[in-house]
Amino acid sequence: MAETVSPLEARGPQAKPGGRGELGSERLITELALYRMQVELRLFEKRAYDLFLQNLVKGTSHLGLGQEAVAAGFAVAMRPDDYTFCTYRGHNHTLARGASMTAVMAELLGRSNGILHGKGGSMHLTDVEHFAMGSYAIVGAHLTIANGAAWSAQYRKSGQVAVCFFGDGTTNIGAFHEALNMAVVWKLPVVFVCENNLYMEYTPIAAVTSVKNPAADRASAYGLEPIVIDGNDADICYRSALTAYERARLGKGPSLIEAKTYRHGGHSRADPASYRPQSEVEEWLKRDPVDLYKARLLERGMQSTVLDAIDAESLAKVDHATEEAKAGPPPSPDALETNVWADGGAAWRN
Amino acid sequence: MAELTYRDAVAAGIAQEMRRDPDVVLIGEDIAAAGGVFKTTVGLLDEFGPERVRDTPISEQAILGAVMGAAMTGLRPIGEIMFSDFLAVCWDIAANQIAKARYMTDGQVNLPLVIRTANGGGFRFGAQHSQAVENWAMAIPGLKVVAPAYPADVKGLLAASIRDPDPVLFFEAKGLFADKGEVPDGEHVVPLGTANVLRKGKNCTIIALAAMVPRALEAANRLAQDGIDATVVDVRSLVPLDTRTILSEVSNTGRAFTVEENPRLCGWGAELASLIADECFYDLDGPVVRITTPHVPLPAADALEDLARPSIDRIVAEVRQAMER
Repeated sequence: MAETVSPLEARGPQAKPGGRGELGSERLITELALYRMQVELRLFEKRAYDLFLQNLVKGTSHLGLGQEAVAAGFAVAMRPDDYTFCTYRGHNHTLARGASMTAVMAELLGRSNGILHGKGGSMHLTDVEHFAMGSYAIVGAHLTIANGAAWSAQYRKSGQVAVCFFGDGTTNIGAFHEALNMAVVWKLPVVFVCENNLYMEYTPIAAVTSVKNPAADRASAYGLEPIVIDGNDADICYRSALTAYERARLGKGPSLIEAKTYRHGGHSRADPASYRPQSEVEEWLKRDPVDLYKARLLERGMQSTVLDAIDAESLAKVDHATEEAKAGPPPSPDALETNVWADGGAAWRN
Repeated sequence: MAELTYRDAVAAGIAQEMRRDPDVVLIGEDIAAAGGVFKTTVGLLDEFGPERVRDTPISEQAILGAVMGAAMTGLRPIGEIMFSDFLAVCWDIAANQIAKARYMTDGQVNLPLVIRTANGGGFRFGAQHSQAVENWAMAIPGLKVVAPAYPADVKGLLAASIRDPDPVLFFEAKGLFADKGEVPDGEHVVPLGTANVLRKGKNCTIIALAAMVPRALEAANRLAQDGIDATVVDVRSLVPLDTRTILSEVSNTGRAFTVEENPRLCGWGAELASLIADECFYDLDGPVVRITTPHVPLPAADALEDLARPSIDRIVAEVRQAMER
């Protein structure tokens, strides 16, 4: 079957720098792009979980269920050549840049048609063609690497922004502080987005952090404005992103945004998340970002048939990606000793 | 030919590449206005300006992260880690991120970058500012590892490292910074992965790296007076490793000695000994002998530091003893 329109294509005028979506039609396009992207991400992650239960997803995986609004809002607001850096919980962020769903799914399955041909796996999704510059699995490192991309953009005067997503747990590792300090001192066009889902792996972030808002309350230490936003509201994420990207493009330096959100599942596939109080989970499920956004669009007069069609198209897209991914063969043994070096090989001697 | 110190050759190599390629940029602690704590980057800020030669905070992770991010987005950056011991505080970026990004993405990511660092002992700085850690780097797939001994090689190998499309850890031998040598005028590039045979002998082959090379050469000159005629090989590059030259020079003499500044266990010479055992066994007239720093943290006192690092006297004594056995 034919691929349905991708979130990247659907975002239309917002792809242009400074696209504010203020005009009626532009706003509509943005809203539909935000909705479609959240639905696609939601359905993809649910499918990834199902495939894990079928033992088809090997290794570990860290799902972004419940955190779709951040990924969608910040990605839709980007210029196509802005850089995304994300963590091992990076399916959402990689797909949100327009990465092939089939290739991402196939990577989770360890197949040769995976986006990394099976060499990286769930925690390292990368799609340089779409400026998704990698998913990083050692907490903190990629904040410093995003700085490097921002430094490069600054040096080349390209107007690009590097957007770096990370979890609340990252705010307690040294690299976070090194990166923020250098970004401010060098006035880098980088936007740091903390997805505070309230848990550092299995432990409440509040139990191990000196301040209430783990990212925002540290902002003043670096001369930055403390920004806390509702990370389950795609509109707010989108508008906050535009403001921060504009600041970066104007040469005014980095921003640090703390988006409050919630993981619907555990930290990783091995974690049932039984440490979380049921009342807390229920409270947050009532604030499901996809449901919230759908309700808002309907309230604004959007026809339910339009949204239902997006739901159906998204499911079909995930189904199609799943079938294509499953059809991929495992990587060939020849792949093992390739691409260590730029010459394509792995030789360390002559 | 001009006579340059080892430290001046560092700046000369960087300047040569910065003149030919505007994508080459340099960052590190005290490298711009101060010209480097070892004065290896003197004059670069004046010639190339603050956008290309940039001081950083004491943030080694931020330095290597910036270098990596810049390399994957089109620049050809050089990051200085002041002392190689400090690689321990940013080893995540070097070993987990930089070394693995190309492989994990199956070639999507290019990382043409150089990490320069002052390595090894001789300054009585004690255990946290004197280590020879080239073997740390050699153990990580995805990093090229270069360690020159002479000013001409410093310039030529640094130029090749900057031009190389892969990440290179470039170890500058702290103990040699003041040493002088002839350096070719004009563009000078020495390909990575080429060992250099400094002396041809008949009786044994001494294989050395970086600060140990001049010592091995002097030891060979003394041994010659005792009738032991040694070949001396300067490894220059651990990854890629010029096994063709090294193994052939071992086969020619039938005896092999390594002179390593790194501590004993898993030093680069252990890998060479393994290769020699695998591929030159039937050419050998005796066991491979490794002359290394003992497996201790490097002490500060001059008397102890001198005892720890392989000296000319020790090289002579160990080679003579093994050859007489």
